[in-house]
Amino acid sequence: MKLVYQDIDKDNEGGVALIPEEPEDMWHAYNLISEGDSVRSTTIRKVQTESSTGSSSSNRVRTTLTISVENIDFDTQACMLRLKGRNIEENQYVKMGAYHTLDLELNRKFSLRKQEWDSVCLERIDMACDPTKTADVAAVIMQEGLAHLCLITSSMTLVRAKIDVNIPRKRKGFVQQHEKGLAKFYDNVMQAILRHVNFDVVKCVLIASPGFVRDQFYEYMFQTAVKTDNKVLLDNKSKFMLIHSSSGFKHSLKEILQDPAVMSKISDTKAASEVKTMETFYTTLQCEPAKAFYGKKHIEMANEAQAIETLMISDKLFRCQDVKLRKEYVRLVDSVRESGGDVKIFSSLHISGEQLEQLTGIAAILRFPMPELEEEDSDGD
Amino acid sequence: MSRHRDIRNMDYLDDYDGYDDVYGHSVEDDYYISPSNRQFIYNREHSTRSSEGDIKEEDESEAQLTDLEKTKVESCIDQIKETLGSISISRNDLINMIMKESFNVEKIINTILETPRVQPEPVKEKVNIQSTTAQSELPTIKVVSTPKTATNVTKGFDLPQKEARPPVLTPRSQSPSSDRETPTNLPNVDASEDLKTPKIRENKLDVQQVYQKERGDGKEHLYMVVIGHVDAGKSTLMGRLLCDLGQVNQRIMHKYEQESRKLGKQSFMYAWVLDETGEERNRGITMDVGRFQFETDTKIVTILDAPGHKDFIPNMISGAGQADVALLVVDATRGEFETGFDAGGQTREHGLLVRSLGVSQVAVAVNKLDTVAWSQERFNEIVAKLKAFLKQVGFKDTDVTFVPCSGLTGQNLVSKPTETELISWYDGSCLLDVIDKFRSPERPVNKPFRLSIDDIFKGTGTAFCVSGRIETGCLTVGDKILVCPNRESAIVKSLAIDEAPQAVVFAGDQATATLSGIEMQNVSVGNVLCDPTSPVQVASQFQARIVVFNVTVPITKGFPVVLHHQSLVEPVVVSKLISQLNKSTGEVLKKHPRFLGNNTSAIVEIKVSRPIALELYSECKELGRVMLRVGGVTIAAGLITKIIL
Repeated sequence: MKLVYQDIDKDNEGGVALIPEEPEDMWHAYNLISEGDSVRSTTIRKVQTESSTGSSSSNRVRTTLTISVENIDFDTQACMLRLKGRNIEENQYVKMGAYHTLDLELNRKFSLRKQEWDSVCLERIDMACDPTKTADVAAVIMQEGLAHLCLITSSMTLVRAKIDVNIPRKRKGFVQQHEKGLAKFYDNVMQAILRHVNFDVVKCVLIASPGFVRDQFYEYMFQTAVKTDNKVLLDNKSKFMLIHSSSGFKHSLKEILQDPAVMSKISDTKAASEVKTMETFYTTLQCEPAKAFYGKKHIEMANEAQAIETLMISDKLFRCQDVKLRKEYVRLVDSVRESGGDVKIFSSLHISGEQLEQLTGIAAILRFPMPELEEEDSDGD
Repeated sequence: MSRHRDIRNMDYLDDYDGYDDVYGHSVEDDYYISPSNRQFIYNREHSTRSSEGDIKEEDESEAQLTDLEKTKVESCIDQIKETLGSISISRNDLINMIMKESFNVEKIINTILETPRVQPEPVKEKVNIQSTTAQSELPTIKVVSTPKTATNVTKGFDLPQKEARPPVLTPRSQSPSSDRETPTNLPNVDASEDLKTPKIRENKLDVQQVYQKERGDGKEHLYMVVIGHVDAGKSTLMGRLLCDLGQVNQRIMHKYEQESRKLGKQSFMYAWVLDETGEERNRGITMDVGRFQFETDTKIVTILDAPGHKDFIPNMISGAGQADVALLVVDATRGEFETGFDAGGQTREHGLLVRSLGVSQVAVAVNKLDTVAWSQERFNEIVAKLKAFLKQVGFKDTDVTFVPCSGLTGQNLVSKPTETELISWYDGSCLLDVIDKFRSPERPVNKPFRLSIDDIFKGTGTAFCVSGRIETGCLTVGDKILVCPNRESAIVKSLAIDEAPQAVVFAGDQATATLSGIEMQNVSVGNVLCDPTSPVQVASQFQARIVVFNVTVPITKGFPVVLHHQSLVEPVVVSKLISQLNKSTGEVLKKHPRFLGNNTSAIVEIKVSRPIALELYSECKELGRVMLRVGGVTIAAGLITKIIL
């Protein structure tokens, strides 16, 4: 993302202009724009004109509109962001107050005005405009009969393909059917890789599975590649990495991202660091339960005691409709930072973010044990 | 010359009749006919069928019946056919009899069985009967015919049925040709499906009797899962056992010996009996459950050779879920037993798993004792350790037996040991005797039918087969079943146990069913086949009482785990921790705990991304058990206590 200009006054009111450059920037924009903001962008609108004789014709015109956002819609698969709202700046085609849905486009500038820019928003802009590229990783998590092909970018994990094939078990005299089913499955996975993985962008392809499925698949893929003379695969052979995982389900991605070999290769990726933080949280919960808490009530109480060392918070909480609630969370983040704590905003598209979301969306590791919180809890219930 | 044909007055139905004759009855036919015309379907089938019988008068007589009576007659005939298999009596005679006995199926069956060849009665008499029955039926005419006949059947079933069934069922199950005949009856079966199923299901007494008749005299079936740490020698032990029992061809064994020597893995020659895929043989480990059947003096035993490797525990769970008893194989070699038994080894996990899956009897084969020179101390040391562990897991002392043996050399497998060092201190029974002494568990044949699909594969021909263990109830060829959670219905075309065709299969059997009327894509491993009249529950959220094992990270709200339920493997989320319980007394220690640590017991809520078929533990033990695993480790076992959604 490119920041074209920024004009925020001391009351935190103002606007910015941004140019999204890659699909991931749409995710950032989605997290940045909230209801009530005004967004100005170029768009295409169907305009009906009525001639003097009364015959009407409609044609599509490209025009620049400013809308006050009422509804935000993000499509994770296509990385499309749709903003619906009323026009607040009349022009020759569109009346004041007319509804329009803006489709934000890549490489086209949009400007965003907010009544109040809070620290989380500003941080999001900084993060989005960070020019240091982190590695894009593709991961194939598989087990016999099931495979997930995921693309992991710095703030998103997208499942691009799910392959679920029934493979007959081996049985007396029917070993052939098993092997046939397996070959078909491998072929499907290989086609998915070819279709979804752009080797110009992706630095590394992780193939993970329990048992020997990954080895068999790897062997199958490159045998087929040699047979069909598939340049793309053969040239990128070095990008493939074989890792162990316990199953082919999506949440096994967590195990893969914790693997030391993978860590060293994609150390910058937010996904990996989030997984690590989450793991620390769970270990603390196991060893010193009075130092790890989750849930808004507990966290707020811990924060009052300035006890929070690491705060984990899902970005979904900042996307909430309720302005007051959002402000509370922002205040919490600010106050943890003030008291020297570390705040990690988890992307809800990542695997660990998903888990955090289930875990009330907010959790923290404390500096010192606070057993009184636990007691509070049992009293409350 | 088509214009000379009297098209206007032509009977279209006749035309379609011909069409039906040629192409057979397709399902689509029913769809094109509105409900008000529904009788015509029956009508048409009658006329086509009776036209084969080529007697005109009888067609006329049939025409005198009212629609309601016709359907009744039709359903009666179906029931009779169902009970008796193919019958040698002409359709018209049957109708006569039905009218005579005023739709009392069981009486009719009796008459048929008593007089195998009933002479057709004079037409006059028949007409008389019709008029009388028509009168007697008049008051009840508003009652829908279907349920009425069904209740009729159940009421008067008890005694006559006992006499009627046995002579019919035995020839049917013996001759394979009669089995093949069943599909030709399918259209009938289809039409009267609703009548027939309740008949079989509701009469529980009857099922039990059929079971006794079918299985009572023969040897008992026993399913035994072989478990243990990787490389404990499970496959080799079983391979050797089968060889010594003469279940494996000498020539094949010779071939295995040659080939394994070629690979430089001669010690794996016996394991090859059960490890069949090239991958398994090359790597020298079992990956999927291998099956083999053999007979002991009193039992037919099916071995389920489970993989020991950590990564294949999902396969092992689906195997153990089908087993009645377990054989735990441990390696007696110094160091090997310890790695298998200590934390991280599979001996513990397997032990826990089979117990949680409902296996209550276990035999422990202390294998490879030859490597420690048949040392008694070593044997006793292992026995002591395992005894304590198995007791802790929940096996009763009386249900655990220890056998010293060696798989590769074949000592103490099928006959008393010959090794002097072993004889000097061991005079117990050999492995085969121990297996023979297992008690086979009670089979819940009276409960509604349930089968958890373990495997789906293409059979011969167009149909496809599913296999799995019948958890409860019984299944007959021709039965209509429901595939849950998709709730799609299908018809059982044929049944088999170990490739031997069967007419009826019962709870506990490892059966293969050929299904028709359903697409192969719509069935997946882990689906449950059930009785349409009392289907299995389908839910995506349920409560379970779980026991947490040794875990490295605690279970919290929102914890993603892998759920194993029979052969189903599904990612789930622990969505709520409801209460923590005292492990032994079950009383609530704490409501809404923040997390569940090691060795705790709790009630939790589990959410599945898509609905699955399950049952409450209190209603069906087999389908009420779940396993929770994370990162290749079993973290908890649970019982379903409440179904929410």
